Amino acid sequence: MRTGPLLSARNVTRTWDGVHGCRDVSFDLYPGEVLCVVGESGSGKSTLLQALSRQAPPQSGSVRYDTREDGFVDLATLSGARLRLLARTDWGFVRQHARDGLRMQVSAGANVAERLMAVGGRNYGDLRRAAGNWLEKMEIDPDRLDDTPVAFSGGMQQRLQIARNLVTHPRLVFMDEPTASLDVSVQARLLDLLRGLVGDLGLAAIVVTHDLAVARLLAHRTLVMRDGRVVESGLTDQILDDPQYPYTQLLVSSILQG
Amino acid sequence: MSQVDAKVERDPHYNFAYLDESTKRMLRRALLKAVAIPGYQVPFGSREMPLPYGWGTGGIQVTAAVIGPSDVLKVIDQGSDDTTNAINIRRFFGRVTGVATTESTRAATIVQTRHRIPETPLSEGQVMVFQVPIPEPLRWLEPSETETRTMHALAEYGAMHVKLYEDIARHGSIATTYDYPVIVNGRYMMRPSPIPKFDNPKLDRSPALMLFGAGREKRVYAVPPYTRVESLDFDDHPFTVEKWSQPCELCGSRHSFLDEIILDDRGTRRYVCSDTEYCAGRREAGHADAESRA
Repeated sequence: MRTGPLLSARNVTRTWDGVHGCRDVSFDLYPGEVLCVVGESGSGKSTLLQALSRQAPPQSGSVRYDTREDGFVDLATLSGARLRLLARTDWGFVRQHARDGLRMQVSAGANVAERLMAVGGRNYGDLRRAAGNWLEKMEIDPDRLDDTPVAFSGGMQQRLQIARNLVTHPRLVFMDEPTASLDVSVQARLLDLLRGLVGDLGLAAIVVTHDLAVARLLAHRTLVMRDGRVVESGLTDQILDDPQYPYTQLLVSSILQG
Repeated sequence: MSQVDAKVERDPHYNFAYLDESTKRMLRRALLKAVAIPGYQVPFGSREMPLPYGWGTGGIQVTAAVIGPSDVLKVIDQGSDDTTNAINIRRFFGRVTGVATTESTRAATIVQTRHRIPETPLSEGQVMVFQVPIPEPLRWLEPSETETRTMHALAEYGAMHVKLYEDIARHGSIATTYDYPVIVNGRYMMRPSPIPKFDNPKLDRSPALMLFGAGREKRVYAVPPYTRVESLDFDDHPFTVEKWSQPCELCGSRHSFLDEIILDDRGTRRYVCSDTEYCAGRREAGHADAESRA
């Protein structure tokens, strides 16, 4: 097993208008590690995610990724075609609203199998079996393989979206507020499932959230962002139990105590 | 039936083949590029034609660009030589070019078609012109033109199988029966225009040149002679064409695409060849008896 980082960001800056966005973000992400990016809305979390995955290429700084073929390379040097292939196979993207990440008009099975077909899966029976297995793993009744996601509850849609992303066994998953649009009991179940998957599959994940409870449950390490900059970073427990920076202290103290 | 019909008198008020010379040159340039890159959609400046979009403006412009005074033109609509659309387009070209028109597939040098490829095998030197409503095979899954062009550029066609997967999941077999997507020359995905999938195998390595024109969408594309054309499928659900349990009631053919014709209010129906010229030719050759006794 390699010991180097899977993804390494150095001084990543991406602003939309010279002001808003993220600035000077640096961190290393190791295989199997979950990193949470927390901060209030407008603090540049989502921009950072887009900059890392080059959906919105950074204006300065570098993002290096340990590709399966060529080892550790700067993503800026990869062709558009390579990046798209990387995004389809080695990465996953889980969006806040499952509707944005699913094809709502086609069946759950086709949604899950799409990535397999995109990388050359041409056996209907195999595709269907793989899709069924993933539904089971995601605690969705396999009998609903041929239903469209329109007929699914919000939590099921979100789990389906995750299955759709994990079917090609990516090594890195970008999640943007994966639980924000779900009610609390469904959130808890999804987080539990995610934690299990991350452990079982050795997934690395970068999770953007404004919910410190998500960070507490999922993340090994946490970055706290404010006004586009990382104001504090470190082990999640350390940050949540002993916040150093005033803004982090405010965030932590504002969690509702049950 | 005569091999070549009488010529219609040419109307000298129009330039030869209706379009002006520079427009025809622009179209030919686009067509040359289309032939050079089989299956690739080439944009062109589609002109206003004297009939509405959806009636074959793309096909007419392509025919106008390639037709010469010595050509013999056949026009079919759903396999038939004598529907309104086919007759009007044939008359139109008679009037603006004065070329001979025909119903015979063998005698024609250019066949403009909507929705069928003739049953009579095409030969070298013939040109098929298809009228195309929507040229982009990826449109149903991706509304953005920029994105579909990128997908073509990178040959990202995997998602297209989602549609076939859905068909099998819902119907037990691939239920797409017309406009069935193909891969041309192992590279570009192409919509063969709304021909039944029965006609897809006729595109594969055809000795004739196949030209496709979409007037509203302003695209032309082509399949040069002897080019590989493969229909998409799954390993365990291979591509198949339509089959009928009975032969054509008029000519007894078991190898042609049949139309279902409802005869009365009680649901009486009969199956006859969609290719009228092929059917008539077989009846003249006395095929009906042989088959109906069998």
